Amino acid sequence: MNDDSRPAAVRAQNVVKSFGSGDTQVTVLKGIDLDVYLGELLLLVGESGGGKTTLLSAIAGILDIDDGQIEVLGVPLSGLPSSKRTSFRGQTMGFIYQQFNLLPALTAAENVAVPLFIQKMRRPEALRRARAMLERVGLADRTEFVPKNLSGGQQQRVAIARALINEPRLLICDEPTAALDGPNGQKIMQLLREVGRSPDRCVIVVTHDSRIFHFGDRMANLTDGRIVNIEHIPQEGTA
Amino acid sequence: MNYVALKMLFGDRAKYLMLLCGLSFAVMLIVQQGSIFWGLMMWSQASITNVNVPIWVTDPGIAQVDEVKPIADTAVDRVRSIDGVEWAVPLYKGLLRARLPNGEYHQVTLTGLESATLIGRPAEVLEGRFEDIRQPDAVVLDQWAVERMGGPTVVTVGTIFELNDKLARIVAIAKTQKSFTNIPVVYTTYERAIHYVPRERRTLSYVLAKAKDEIPVEDVIRRIQSQTGLGAFTAEGFGMKTIVWVLKNTGIGINFGTTILLGFIVGMAIAGQTFYLFTVENLRQFGALKAMGTSTLTLARMIILQAFTVGLTGYGVGVGLATLFGFLAAHGGNLPFAETWQLLLLVLVALLAICIVSASVSIIKLVRLEPGIVFR
Repeated sequence: MNDDSRPAAVRAQNVVKSFGSGDTQVTVLKGIDLDVYLGELLLLVGESGGGKTTLLSAIAGILDIDDGQIEVLGVPLSGLPSSKRTSFRGQTMGFIYQQFNLLPALTAAENVAVPLFIQKMRRPEALRRARAMLERVGLADRTEFVPKNLSGGQQQRVAIARALINEPRLLICDEPTAALDGPNGQKIMQLLREVGRSPDRCVIVVTHDSRIFHFGDRMANLTDGRIVNIEHIPQEGTA
Repeated sequence: MNYVALKMLFGDRAKYLMLLCGLSFAVMLIVQQGSIFWGLMMWSQASITNVNVPIWVTDPGIAQVDEVKPIADTAVDRVRSIDGVEWAVPLYKGLLRARLPNGEYHQVTLTGLESATLIGRPAEVLEGRFEDIRQPDAVVLDQWAVERMGGPTVVTVGTIFELNDKLARIVAIAKTQKSFTNIPVVYTTYERAIHYVPRERRTLSYVLAKAKDEIPVEDVIRRIQSQTGLGAFTAEGFGMKTIVWVLKNTGIGINFGTTILLGFIVGMAIAGQTFYLFTVENLRQFGALKAMGTSTLTLARMIILQAFTVGLTGYGVGVGLATLFGFLAAHGGNLPFAETWQLLLLVLVALLAICIVSASVSIIKLVRLEPGIVFR
């Protein structure tokens, strides 16, 4: 699957992951080979239960794999102890979830600042940078709102700001538009597209939403634990 | 991340108030029940507290202060003769029936004090002069006696009533601690007390004594025991002996102990379970923090901070409510309520222990928490 000369942000080789044991053992990932390059937005699609979220968790270093190897930005994740992996994740990755996973008690600015709090940045500075980031995603007038007072699209934009505040090189998105209506989903994907175009970053998006396929650079189809095909998506004006 | 932990705790007001109410209620229940129990125990040794002397000498087989076992009158001089005793005086204590001017009968505890020194007299006098007890037929009542005998309209300074068909004239009303049995206490001189009660071969109930300042009380007590063969106790020791007797020989120990134990278990179970549920409900949020790179150690510290913050707040509110109850309900000594620092410390330690346990259980859950929960 290594069909590109660009540097790989993520390199998965023969990744195998099973759950359960004995007769009830289910192999979810059956030898995945996948490279994701800097400067691209990769869409990961496929039927439900095909292993997309499992692969995403493995790439994030959240889930241990049974066999194979995953390198993120040149670092083999399976070789890192759990605490180092957690720290590496905090420094290099950003996450966007289907359900946003904002902390309900915190304001939008505080939510965005959480990754900076984790890095032990002082609160006033963290909040200043969070407000600036919220301005970038078009929420300058919502910085002190708690999530319940924001619309779904606004909440997802807060989640994106939170994911970007640490300037992560790898952005992992799980169904980022599933809880949004069409126009809001398009806006969110536009934002992610801009992030993905940055030459030192890449974005992986798991999605079922065919309305956003055109935002991707490539689309990998994961079915029954295997990548069945990867296709380049023609960009507007380049097809 | 302490800021985030506290915002998570205080942010959801409904959950936080529920948690705080559970903990406060638990603490209040334990402190209130414990204070009532200990107040009751204090009442059981009121005879010792009210007399307020350091050494009690009596029959060695005595079980508790209200179970009088008379000793020979010579005991006073024998105690006085022991090296290290500064002074020793006789005390009469016994039950007698009083007949009021309105014809009513009341059982009273007659307390006879040595007339020269009046050692053992109550410290505070509400009405009249205690020294007038030396006048002919004079007696002093405690305020509970006035209450039990019909109030100030029936019994007051100047009222004359009968003790064993002999005249007794009230010259003062003294303030004392209420006793367990709440039998009215009538004070008089030792000699007159002997005059009031039916003739017996032995009339001396107790010898009250004090050790010389430079000699430890325990040494003097040992000397009294070995040289007279009598039982000698410190006031604290005699009080504790009385409490132990009450606990062993009445249903109070088991009944109240069960109530307190249940209150303690229920209270602590509420506290632990409430906090555990709070953490479980926030697991997804903790999972998100873990996925974002928060170490398990940091998350554990956040949970401990939350547990101790809510625990200490609940402790403060609970103790405050229990104290308020004590102030309102037990004000003036009408209800037994003794909120001691030992009880407060015990409850604090227990509460912190339960906070640590519930936080630990939550932390174990957190350690096992797969951050992938956030992808579901």
